[in-house]
Amino acid sequence: MSPPDGVAAIDDADKNLPGRIWMFRGARAAISVPALILTAAFIGYAGLARESGLSLAETLAMTGLIWALPSIVVLTGALNSGMGLIPAAIAVALASVRLMPMTIAFLPLVKIPGKTKTWQLLIASHFVAVTAWVFAMKNLPSYPKEARLPFFVGFGSALTGFVFCMTGIAYLVVERMPDVVAGALVLLTPVYFLCSLWGAALLNADKVAMAAGLVLGPIVFLVAPGLDLLWTGLLGGTAAYFGTRFMRRGFS
Amino acid sequence: MGPVADTWWWPFVMILVAGWFATDVWRWIGVFAGGRLREDSEVLIWVRCVATALVAGLISKLILFPQGILAETPLWLRLVATGLGFGAFFLSRQRVIVGVLAAEVCLIGGWLLLDRVG
Repeated sequence: MSPPDGVAAIDDADKNLPGRIWMFRGARAAISVPALILTAAFIGYAGLARESGLSLAETLAMTGLIWALPSIVVLTGALNSGMGLIPAAIAVALASVRLMPMTIAFLPLVKIPGKTKTWQLLIASHFVAVTAWVFAMKNLPSYPKEARLPFFVGFGSALTGFVFCMTGIAYLVVERMPDVVAGALVLLTPVYFLCSLWGAALLNADKVAMAAGLVLGPIVFLVAPGLDLLWTGLLGGTAAYFGTRFMRRGFS
Repeated sequence: MGPVADTWWWPFVMILVAGWFATDVWRWIGVFAGGRLREDSEVLIWVRCVATALVAGLISKLILFPQGILAETPLWLRLVATGLGFGAFFLSRQRVIVGVLAAEVCLIGGWLLLDRVG
Protein backbone atom coordinates (compact mmCIF):
# COMPACT_ATOMS: atom_id res chain seq x y z
CA MET A 1 0.00 0.00 0.00
CA SER A 2 1.46 3.35 -0.95
CA PRO A 3 1.28 6.07 1.69
CA PRO A 4 -1.61 8.51 1.32
CA ASP A 5 -1.16 12.02 0.04
CA GLY A 6 0.79 14.30 2.29
CA VAL A 7 2.48 11.69 4.47
CA ALA A 8 5.91 12.59 3.19
CA ALA A 9 5.23 16.31 3.29
CA ILE A 10 4.73 16.68 7.03
CA ASP A 11 7.00 19.15 8.75
CA ASP A 12 6.95 21.05 12.01
CA ALA A 13 4.89 23.92 10.62
CA ASP A 14 2.01 21.49 10.02
CA LYS A 15 1.65 20.88 13.74
CA ASN A 16 -0.25 24.12 14.27
CA LEU A 17 -2.81 23.65 11.50
CA PRO A 18 -6.42 23.72 12.73
CA GLY A 19 -8.30 20.45 13.19
CA ARG A 20 -10.66 20.98 10.27
CA ILE A 21 -7.71 21.07 7.86
CA TRP A 22 -6.59 17.70 9.22
CA MET A 23 -10.16 16.39 8.95
CA PHE A 24 -10.22 17.43 5.33
CA ARG A 25 -6.86 15.77 4.70
CA GLY A 26 -8.14 12.61 6.37
CA ALA A 27 -11.21 12.64 4.14
CA ARG A 28 -8.96 13.04 1.11
CA ALA A 29 -6.79 10.12 2.24
CA ALA A 30 -9.95 7.99 2.30
CA ILE A 31 -10.00 8.08 -1.50
CA SER A 32 -7.91 4.94 -1.67
CA VAL A 33 -7.66 1.35 -2.81
CA PRO A 34 -8.82 -0.05 0.57
CA ALA A 35 -11.94 2.14 0.35
CA LEU A 36 -12.75 0.70 -3.08
CA ILE A 37 -12.26 -2.86 -1.84
CA LEU A 38 -14.46 -2.25 1.18
CA THR A 39 -17.09 -0.68 -1.08
CA ALA A 40 -17.04 -3.77 -3.29
CA ALA A 41 -17.51 -5.97 -0.22
CA PHE A 42 -20.53 -3.88 0.84
CA ILE A 43 -21.97 -4.08 -2.67
CA GLY A 44 -21.83 -7.83 -2.20
CA TYR A 45 -23.62 -7.37 1.12
CA ALA A 46 -26.36 -5.23 -0.50
CA GLY A 47 -27.17 -8.20 -2.73
CA LEU A 48 -27.37 -10.50 0.29
CA ALA A 49 -29.59 -8.05 2.22
CA ARG A 50 -32.00 -7.74 -0.69
CA GLU A 51 -32.25 -11.48 -1.14
CA SER A 52 -32.90 -11.80 2.61
CA GLY A 53 -35.92 -9.51 2.30
CA LEU A 54 -34.49 -6.50 4.14
CA SER A 55 -35.79 -3.10 3.06
CA LEU A 56 -33.49 -0.35 1.79
CA ALA A 57 -33.92 1.63 5.03
CA GLU A 58 -33.03 -1.40 7.16
CA THR A 59 -29.99 -2.20 5.04
CA LEU A 60 -28.71 1.38 5.29
CA ALA A 61 -29.46 1.64 9.03
CA MET A 62 -27.33 -1.46 9.63
CA THR A 63 -24.52 -0.20 7.42
CA GLY A 64 -24.28 3.19 9.15
CA LEU A 65 -25.06 2.21 12.75
CA ILE A 66 -23.11 -1.04 13.08
CA TRP A 67 -20.23 -0.34 10.67
CA ALA A 68 -18.53 -3.73 10.95
CA LEU A 69 -19.28 -6.12 8.12
CA PRO A 70 -19.11 -9.46 9.98
CA SER A 71 -21.54 -8.17 12.64
CA ILE A 72 -23.88 -6.85 9.93
CA VAL A 73 -23.93 -10.27 8.27
CA VAL A 74 -24.72 -11.91 11.62
CA LEU A 75 -27.64 -9.54 12.31
CA THR A 76 -28.99 -10.04 8.79
CA GLY A 77 -29.15 -13.76 9.48
CA ALA A 78 -30.84 -13.10 12.84
CA LEU A 79 -33.49 -10.78 11.33
CA ASN A 80 -34.12 -13.24 8.57
CA SER A 81 -34.68 -16.21 10.87
CA GLY A 82 -36.99 -14.24 13.20
CA MET A 83 -34.58 -14.57 16.11
CA GLY A 84 -35.54 -12.79 19.36
CA LEU A 85 -33.97 -9.53 20.46
CA ILE A 86 -31.77 -10.95 23.22
CA PRO A 87 -30.35 -13.96 21.32
CA ALA A 88 -29.67 -11.69 18.33
CA ALA A 89 -27.93 -9.14 20.55
CA ILE A 90 -25.74 -11.89 22.05
CA ALA A 91 -24.84 -13.26 18.61
CA VAL A 92 -23.90 -9.80 17.33
CA ALA A 93 -22.01 -8.95 20.53
CA LEU A 94 -19.94 -12.15 20.14
CA ALA A 95 -19.13 -11.22 16.55
CA SER A 96 -18.08 -7.73 17.67
CA VAL A 97 -15.87 -8.49 20.69
CA ARG A 98 -12.81 -8.07 18.48
CA LEU A 99 -13.55 -4.34 18.27
CA MET A 100 -12.60 -3.93 21.94
CA PRO A 101 -8.89 -4.93 21.75
CA MET A 102 -8.69 -3.12 18.41
CA THR A 103 -9.98 0.09 20.03
CA ILE A 104 -7.65 -0.33 23.03
CA ALA A 105 -4.66 -0.70 20.72
CA PHE A 106 -5.77 2.28 18.62
CA LEU A 107 -6.54 4.70 21.45
CA PRO A 108 -3.04 5.67 22.66
CA LEU A 109 -2.23 6.72 19.09
CA VAL A 110 -4.84 9.49 19.12
CA LYS A 111 -5.30 10.36 22.79
CA ILE A 112 -3.35 13.28 24.24
CA PRO A 113 -3.60 12.77 28.01
CA GLY A 114 -5.28 15.69 29.74
CA LYS A 115 -6.34 17.31 26.47
CA THR A 116 -8.44 14.95 24.36
CA LYS A 117 -12.09 14.83 25.53
CA THR A 118 -13.67 11.43 26.14
CA TRP A 119 -16.72 12.23 24.00
CA GLN A 120 -14.42 12.94 21.06
CA LEU A 121 -12.85 9.52 21.48
CA LEU A 122 -16.27 7.85 21.79
CA ILE A 123 -17.33 9.38 18.46
CA ALA A 124 -14.06 8.46 16.76
CA SER A 125 -14.29 4.90 18.08
CA HIS A 126 -17.39 4.26 15.96
CA PHE A 127 -15.15 4.22 12.89
CA VAL A 128 -12.93 1.47 14.35
CA ALA A 129 -13.38 -1.49 12.01
CA VAL A 130 -10.74 -3.42 10.12
CA THR A 131 -10.23 -1.02 7.19
CA ALA A 132 -9.89 2.20 9.19
CA TRP A 133 -8.02 0.44 12.00
CA VAL A 134 -5.39 -1.00 9.68
CA PHE A 135 -5.02 2.39 8.04
CA ALA A 136 -4.69 4.10 11.41
CA MET A 137 -2.13 1.66 12.84
CA LYS A 138 -0.02 1.95 9.71
CA ASN A 139 -0.22 5.65 8.93
CA LEU A 140 -1.17 7.68 12.01
CA PRO A 141 2.24 7.34 13.75
CA SER A 142 3.78 9.47 10.99
CA TYR A 143 1.47 12.42 11.78
CA PRO A 144 1.86 14.96 14.60
CA LYS A 145 -0.12 13.85 17.62
CA GLU A 146 -2.53 16.83 17.54
CA ALA A 147 -3.44 15.99 13.95
CA ARG A 148 -4.23 12.31 14.40
CA LEU A 149 -7.73 12.45 15.89
CA PRO A 150 -9.24 14.95 13.40
CA PHE A 151 -7.42 13.18 10.56
CA PHE A 152 -8.88 9.84 11.61
CA VAL A 153 -12.41 11.25 12.05
CA GLY A 154 -12.18 12.79 8.58
CA PHE A 155 -10.97 9.50 7.15
CA GLY A 156 -13.62 7.46 8.95
CA SER A 157 -16.59 9.67 8.14
CA ALA A 158 -15.64 10.02 4.48
CA LEU A 159 -15.20 6.25 4.20
CA THR A 160 -18.47 5.48 6.00
CA GLY A 161 -20.39 8.09 4.01
CA PHE A 162 -19.12 6.83 0.67
CA VAL A 163 -19.72 3.16 1.47
CA PHE A 164 -23.19 4.05 2.86
CA CYS A 165 -24.19 5.74 -0.42
CA MET A 166 -22.75 3.00 -2.60
CA THR A 167 -24.52 0.31 -0.57
CA GLY A 168 -27.83 2.11 -1.13
CA ILE A 169 -27.19 2.50 -4.86
CA ALA A 170 -26.17 -1.15 -5.17
CA TYR A 171 -29.33 -2.23 -3.34
CA LEU A 172 -31.49 -0.31 -5.81
CA VAL A 173 -29.60 -1.07 -9.01
CA VAL A 174 -28.27 -4.61 -8.77
CA GLU A 175 -31.19 -6.90 -9.49
CA ARG A 176 -29.55 -10.29 -9.18
CA MET A 177 -25.83 -10.94 -9.23
CA PRO A 178 -24.34 -13.86 -11.17
CA ASP A 179 -23.04 -16.53 -8.75
CA VAL A 180 -19.41 -16.06 -9.77
CA VAL A 181 -19.57 -12.30 -9.14
CA ALA A 182 -21.30 -12.71 -5.77
CA GLY A 183 -18.73 -15.32 -4.69
CA ALA A 184 -15.82 -13.21 -5.86
CA LEU A 185 -17.12 -10.27 -3.79
CA VAL A 186 -17.27 -12.52 -0.71
CA LEU A 187 -13.64 -13.64 -1.16
CA LEU A 188 -12.55 -10.03 -1.52
CA THR A 189 -12.84 -9.27 2.20
CA PRO A 190 -10.54 -11.97 3.65
CA VAL A 191 -7.85 -11.55 0.99
CA TYR A 192 -7.89 -7.81 1.46
CA PHE A 193 -7.78 -8.18 5.27
CA LEU A 194 -4.87 -10.62 4.93
CA CYS A 195 -2.70 -8.30 2.85
CA SER A 196 -3.50 -5.12 4.76
CA LEU A 197 -3.10 -6.71 8.19
CA TRP A 198 0.40 -7.80 7.20
CA GLY A 199 1.07 -4.31 5.89
CA ALA A 200 0.00 -2.80 9.23
CA ALA A 201 2.23 -5.09 11.32
CA LEU A 202 4.73 -2.84 13.06
CA LEU A 203 6.77 -5.39 15.02
CA ASN A 204 7.75 -9.02 14.66
CA ALA A 205 5.27 -9.65 17.48
CA ASP A 206 2.42 -8.50 15.22
CA LYS A 207 3.50 -10.81 12.40
CA VAL A 208 3.85 -13.83 14.68
CA ALA A 209 0.45 -13.02 16.21
CA MET A 210 -1.05 -12.91 12.74
CA ALA A 211 0.36 -16.31 11.80
CA ALA A 212 -0.83 -17.76 15.11
CA GLY A 213 -4.33 -16.38 14.56
CA LEU A 214 -4.54 -17.74 11.01
CA VAL A 215 -3.74 -21.25 12.25
CA LEU A 216 -5.69 -21.16 15.52
CA GLY A 217 -8.87 -19.48 14.19
CA PRO A 218 -10.42 -22.46 12.40
CA ILE A 219 -9.21 -24.96 15.03
CA VAL A 220 -10.77 -23.03 17.93
CA PHE A 221 -13.92 -22.51 15.84
CA LEU A 222 -14.33 -26.28 15.48
CA VAL A 223 -13.64 -26.92 19.18
CA ALA A 224 -15.57 -24.02 20.73
CA PRO A 225 -17.77 -22.04 18.31
CA GLY A 226 -19.28 -18.83 19.65
CA LEU A 227 -16.47 -17.25 21.60
CA ASP A 228 -13.90 -18.73 19.21
CA LEU A 229 -12.50 -15.42 17.93
CA LEU A 230 -11.90 -14.11 21.43
CA TRP A 231 -10.06 -17.29 22.42
CA THR A 232 -8.07 -17.23 19.20
CA GLY A 233 -6.97 -13.69 19.98
CA LEU A 234 -6.11 -14.37 23.61
CA LEU A 235 -4.26 -17.65 23.01
CA GLY A 236 -2.52 -16.74 19.76
CA GLY A 237 -1.79 -13.15 20.76
CA THR A 238 -0.42 -14.06 24.19
CA ALA A 239 1.78 -16.83 22.76
CA ALA A 240 3.09 -14.47 20.09
CA TYR A 241 3.74 -11.74 22.64
CA PHE A 242 5.74 -13.90 25.04
CA GLY A 243 7.56 -15.74 22.25
CA THR A 244 8.78 -12.55 20.64
CA ARG A 245 9.38 -10.85 24.00
CA PHE A 246 11.81 -13.64 24.85
CA MET A 247 13.54 -13.05 21.50
CA ARG A 248 13.73 -9.32 22.18
CA ARG A 249 14.90 -9.27 25.75
CA GLY A 250 15.43 -12.77 27.13
CA PHE A 251 13.96 -13.47 30.55
CA SER A 252 13.99 -9.86 31.77
CA MET B 1 -38.33 -13.87 1.84
CA GLY B 2 -37.97 -14.53 5.55
CA PRO B 3 -40.45 -13.57 8.26
CA VAL B 4 -38.62 -10.34 8.94
CA ALA B 5 -41.23 -8.75 11.21
CA ASP B 6 -44.92 -8.02 11.72
CA THR B 7 -44.61 -4.30 12.33
CA TRP B 8 -42.57 -1.81 10.36
CA TRP B 9 -40.66 -0.59 13.42
CA TRP B 10 -39.58 -3.90 14.98
CA PRO B 11 -36.61 -4.45 12.64
CA PHE B 12 -35.36 -0.99 13.59
CA VAL B 13 -35.56 -1.84 17.30
CA MET B 14 -33.54 -4.95 16.49
CA ILE B 15 -31.01 -2.90 14.53
CA LEU B 16 -30.67 -0.31 17.31
CA VAL B 17 -30.38 -2.73 20.24
CA ALA B 18 -28.98 -5.97 18.79
CA GLY B 19 -26.98 -4.17 16.11
CA TRP B 20 -25.83 -0.69 17.04
CA PHE B 21 -25.62 -1.08 20.83
CA ALA B 22 -24.24 -4.65 20.77
CA THR B 23 -21.45 -3.49 18.47
CA ASP B 24 -20.59 0.00 19.69
CA VAL B 25 -20.56 -1.04 23.36
CA TRP B 26 -17.26 -2.87 22.69
CA ARG B 27 -15.77 0.23 21.10
CA TRP B 28 -16.83 2.31 24.14
CA ILE B 29 -15.34 -0.23 26.55
CA GLY B 30 -12.19 -0.07 24.45
CA VAL B 31 -12.09 3.73 24.80
CA PHE B 32 -12.29 3.55 28.59
CA ALA B 33 -9.82 0.67 28.87
CA GLY B 34 -7.36 2.06 26.31
CA GLY B 35 -7.31 5.58 27.75
CA ARG B 36 -4.96 4.47 30.52
CA LEU B 37 -2.32 2.89 28.29
CA ARG B 38 0.83 4.55 27.03
CA GLU B 39 1.72 4.35 23.36
CA ASP B 40 5.01 2.54 24.00
CA SER B 41 3.99 0.24 26.87
CA GLU B 42 4.54 -3.52 26.88
CA VAL B 43 0.86 -4.05 27.71
CA LEU B 44 -0.07 -2.30 24.50
CA ILE B 45 2.20 -4.58 22.47
CA TRP B 46 0.35 -7.53 24.01
CA VAL B 47 -3.09 -6.01 23.32
CA ARG B 48 -2.08 -5.39 19.72
CA CYS B 49 -0.97 -9.03 19.44
CA VAL B 50 -4.37 -10.15 20.73
CA ALA B 51 -6.24 -7.86 18.32
CA THR B 52 -4.06 -8.96 15.39
CA ALA B 53 -4.44 -12.69 16.15
CA LEU B 54 -8.19 -12.17 16.47
CA VAL B 55 -8.54 -10.48 13.08
CA ALA B 56 -6.28 -13.16 11.57
CA GLY B 57 -8.57 -15.84 13.03
CA LEU B 58 -11.52 -14.10 11.38
CA ILE B 59 -9.66 -14.11 8.05
CA SER B 60 -9.00 -17.84 8.01
CA LYS B 61 -12.59 -18.54 9.11
CA LEU B 62 -13.93 -16.46 6.23
CA ILE B 63 -11.80 -18.50 3.82
CA LEU B 64 -12.28 -21.98 5.31
CA PHE B 65 -15.96 -21.64 6.30
CA PRO B 66 -17.39 -19.00 3.96
CA GLN B 67 -21.02 -17.91 3.87
CA GLY B 68 -23.38 -17.92 0.93
CA ILE B 69 -22.47 -18.85 -2.61
CA LEU B 70 -18.70 -18.97 -2.00
CA ALA B 71 -19.23 -22.08 0.16
CA GLU B 72 -19.99 -23.99 -3.04
CA THR B 73 -16.45 -23.60 -4.39
CA PRO B 74 -13.91 -26.29 -3.46
CA LEU B 75 -11.73 -25.49 -0.45
CA TRP B 76 -8.50 -26.06 -2.40
CA LEU B 77 -9.51 -23.39 -4.94
CA ARG B 78 -10.10 -20.81 -2.19
CA LEU B 79 -6.76 -21.71 -0.57
CA VAL B 80 -4.83 -21.56 -3.84
CA ALA B 81 -6.46 -18.23 -4.74
CA THR B 82 -5.64 -16.76 -1.33
CA GLY B 83 -2.07 -18.11 -1.36
CA LEU B 84 -1.50 -16.77 -4.86
CA GLY B 85 -2.90 -13.40 -3.83
CA PHE B 86 -0.66 -13.18 -0.76
CA GLY B 87 2.34 -14.24 -2.87
CA ALA B 88 1.58 -11.58 -5.48
CA PHE B 89 1.20 -9.04 -2.66
CA PHE B 90 4.75 -9.85 -1.55
CA LEU B 91 6.28 -9.91 -5.01
CA SER B 92 4.74 -6.52 -5.80
CA ARG B 93 6.49 -5.02 -2.75
CA GLN B 94 3.33 -5.22 -0.64
CA ARG B 95 0.77 -3.57 -2.86
CA VAL B 96 -2.63 -4.67 -1.60
CA ILE B 97 -4.41 -4.12 -4.91
CA VAL B 98 -2.07 -6.55 -6.73
CA GLY B 99 -2.68 -9.25 -4.11
CA VAL B 100 -6.45 -8.82 -4.22
CA LEU B 101 -6.61 -8.84 -8.02
CA ALA B 102 -4.38 -11.94 -8.29
CA ALA B 103 -6.59 -13.84 -5.84
CA GLU B 104 -9.76 -12.80 -7.65
CA VAL B 105 -8.45 -13.72 -11.10
CA CYS B 106 -7.43 -17.14 -9.76
CA LEU B 107 -10.79 -17.73 -8.07
CA ILE B 108 -12.95 -16.62 -11.00
CA GLY B 109 -10.76 -18.43 -13.55
CA GLY B 110 -10.76 -21.65 -11.55
CA TRP B 111 -14.51 -21.41 -10.91
CA LEU B 112 -15.41 -20.93 -14.58
CA LEU B 113 -13.04 -23.75 -15.54
CA LEU B 114 -14.62 -26.14 -13.01
CA ASP B 115 -18.10 -25.16 -14.22
CA ARG B 116 -17.14 -26.08 -17.76
CA VAL B 117 -15.52 -29.39 -16.76
CA GLY B 118 -18.26 -30.36 -14.29
